Amino acid sequence: MYKILKYSIFDLLRSRWSYVYFLFYLLLGFVLLFLNNDLSKAVITLMNIILVLTPLIGSAFGVMYYYNSKEFTELLLAQPIRRNKIFFGQYTGISLSLTLSLVLGLGIPFVSYGLFRTSEIFDFTLLLIVGSFLNFIFVALSYNIALSTDNKIKGFGYAILMWLFLSVIYDGLFLISLLMFSDYPLDQFSLFATILNPIDLSRILILLKLDISALLGYTGAVFRKFFGTGLGMILSLTALSLWVVFPLLLMRRKFNRKDF
Amino acid sequence: MIEIKDLHKKYGKLTVLDGLELEFKKGGILAILGPNGSGKTTLIKCLLGMVIPNKGNITINGKSVLKKWEYRNNLNYLPQIANFPSNLSVIELINMVKNLRSKQSNEQELISLFGLEEFLKKKLGNLSGGTKQKVNLILAFMFDSDLIILDEPTTGLDPISLIHLKDLIRKERVKGKTILITTHIMSFVDEMADEIVFLLDGKIYFNGSGEALKKQTKIDDLERAIASLISKHYV
Amino acid sequence: MRIFLFLFVIMGVSLHAKTIEVCSDCDINTIKEAISVSENGDTILVNTGIYRESNIKISKEIHLIGKNSPVVDGENKETIFIVNANNFSISGFTIKNVGKSYVKDYAALLVSKSKYFTITNNKFENVFFGVLIEKSHFGIIRNNHITGIAKDEANSGNGLHMWHSSNMRVELNYVSGLRDGIYLEFVKKSSISNNTSENNIRYGLHFMFSNDDEYHHNEFINNGAGVAVMFSKYIEMHHNTFQYNWGMASYGLLLKEIYDAQIENNYFVQNTIGINVENCSRVNYVNNSFIRNGWAVKFSGGCYKNIFELNNFMNNSFDLSYNSQLNDNRFEGNYWSEYTGYDLDDNGIGDVPYRPVKLFSYVVNQTPEALVLLRSLFVDIINFSEKVSPVFTPNNLMDTKPVMIRVNDRN
Repeated sequence: MYKILKYSIFDLLRSRWSYVYFLFYLLLGFVLLFLNNDLSKAVITLMNIILVLTPLIGSAFGVMYYYNSKEFTELLLAQPIRRNKIFFGQYTGISLSLTLSLVLGLGIPFVSYGLFRTSEIFDFTLLLIVGSFLNFIFVALSYNIALSTDNKIKGFGYAILMWLFLSVIYDGLFLISLLMFSDYPLDQFSLFATILNPIDLSRILILLKLDISALLGYTGAVFRKFFGTGLGMILSLTALSLWVVFPLLLMRRKFNRKDF
Repeated sequence: MIEIKDLHKKYGKLTVLDGLELEFKKGGILAILGPNGSGKTTLIKCLLGMVIPNKGNITINGKSVLKKWEYRNNLNYLPQIANFPSNLSVIELINMVKNLRSKQSNEQELISLFGLEEFLKKKLGNLSGGTKQKVNLILAFMFDSDLIILDEPTTGLDPISLIHLKDLIRKERVKGKTILITTHIMSFVDEMADEIVFLLDGKIYFNGSGEALKKQTKIDDLERAIASLISKHYV
Repeated sequence: MRIFLFLFVIMGVSLHAKTIEVCSDCDINTIKEAISVSENGDTILVNTGIYRESNIKISKEIHLIGKNSPVVDGENKETIFIVNANNFSISGFTIKNVGKSYVKDYAALLVSKSKYFTITNNKFENVFFGVLIEKSHFGIIRNNHITGIAKDEANSGNGLHMWHSSNMRVELNYVSGLRDGIYLEFVKKSSISNNTSENNIRYGLHFMFSNDDEYHHNEFINNGAGVAVMFSKYIEMHHNTFQYNWGMASYGLLLKEIYDAQIENNYFVQNTIGINVENCSRVNYVNNSFIRNGWAVKFSGGCYKNIFELNNFMNNSFDLSYNSQLNDNRFEGNYWSEYTGYDLDDNGIGDVPYRPVKLFSYVVNQTPEALVLLRSLFVDIINFSEKVSPVFTPNNLMDTKPVMIRVNDRN
């Protein structure tokens, strides 16, 4: 798997998209910091961008890379290598290279700005952790989509649709159902609905740091326990890890049965 | 050496292999023939583990190969369409495959045989179809393996390269290798194959030498003999 | 002759004020005994040691001075000192273990119907009520350290409790672990400054029916709520810091039925609600900073003629929320970190108005659970569409002159 990983990253590092993505974050980091001069505000803006962009890029890159490297995959399949290794190698390759772009792209401007000397370092680190999680989750999800259809256009469409659903439509439905059933106790429902969407889950994880003052204004006991103690952080991180594990298990099932 | 038993494969509703049975002894050249969509490539890919059969078993040297991967160490494959990662250069690709297999290889000899020296540093994406096919051939012949599977090896080759290819195949055969070839070029089959398998609708319609086929159909031309096999079936 | 004698006695008292020393090996080894032999104007010097006494009654104009922090241990029985005297002072003591009761307000130090007293440099530990002052005037409470171990509201007292008093000066004290850190009811013309009140169950500082007071340069950290000011008029609040007051009904500052107050130069940092305003009118909010609060300002009930000027609203989850009509309140020249407008004429004032009330804050008012959707893309979208064409949020509620850079920042 290490060899496949190496070649995948090697291959990706030659693709200009990785650089575009890296440069985008680099530029974004510098612009945010040097136009703004307010680290807290920069972190909040960054959160909005990371929550929208990393899933989108993860999904798009995931399907794109799968279809573009199909020949490469077929070449590898005829070699004496276990199937698992090929796919996990490629998956890890793309996820890692996206994460690398994110972490370096944002890390360089923030570190050069003197992040280590401020209290925002924790918020910022959490942002990068969440961003990396989202990369791994959405590459896995989009790989599942790509494995399910050989039609490039369809696969790409489904991936974008999935992103749109999870980042916008889901929350819309969520909010509507909250408003519709506002006469009932809703804390359990809303926590559950949050956990079922990795983007919401990541958002809550960041809110636990950024907006804890507001979240603690909640009346429900379940919420208070969730937000007021370390429980929220631990649960969200666990759920986020499961969001990586389950698509990966599904992916393994898919590609072990897939014909090329 | 290769034994295929009751092999079934469906893509959705389309049955591609329908209880296929085949046995082939070690050494010699086996040509797998059949019209488009008869299941040749699927059969080969089952053998390679790229396509997973719904039912049946494939053994090589007495061991089942389904869900296995080690056996591919002793197997070379030439895919039908020479598609490679376009970011890599020829030499990088060759080195990569070498690295993945960690087996003795003679790529230098093959590179000079096909005259690819000047292309080594070029990106695969910028190569012509014929040149790609030559790279493809190098990858398929550079390792010393007992089983060699060639899916449409003649595609896009110029006459000189074709002669080189035939020489290569003969050389391997002399070494006692087993070689599986699919092709539509009947003269190539006539010239090279020790045994012919004719596939139609996922089943084997003929299995035997070229001479036997000609005798059976009473047609002296292999191409026409094959055509008559197909037309008999459809009439 | 008798008149002469009388005068002599009086003069003798004032001229011959003496110092009575108390220690474990002294002739006088209890505070009570010292008090009983003292006369007006005397000083009682209590040496270091542990004095297990309570219900110590003081009705003479005397000065109690603790040397090297002697400990008065009430052994959790009742009130420790009961003072009913003018020109009284106490300093340098450690007073601890006050009795607890559901019926009586036991305190470490009860001052009743007294004038011109000072309470300085004392430590009050494990108190029910710390210092309880009633019907007293012109007192100074400075540099005391009051701590309790309050667990719930019903079963705890206040650190410094003042009732029906006036002209009090409360300075440089530290209060923690009580119900209310500092409590004022019917207290007039008093000033509370440079105190720190933290980790109290209910309020750091609590005003009820108290007019013409001011508090400034205090810090209120991690209390149930920072400061509650209720039913009071003409209160000045400036240069205070309200921080980490977290919880479901928690705020930096609660204003209820307040009129004609001035709130200036305060710092509200990371409170669930920065200021909770209920039925308050003619209050000026100037030059305050609201940083990373859940809600910077939350209005409810009828609020009239309030003015917000030159405040900083930075990175709050919500800048402003209301559940009633905002009548005749003015927002002008504030800095809003969420402002996305521009300043083409470069005069420091944004060219488009800022609307501090978001549609989402309206939604959260209706359905609190919706808060989990805070900062989601969908919420941003509905907020944006509401901004473009307001339907639910009041059309006229806006800052017409939002400033582009932070106002008079402490940093």
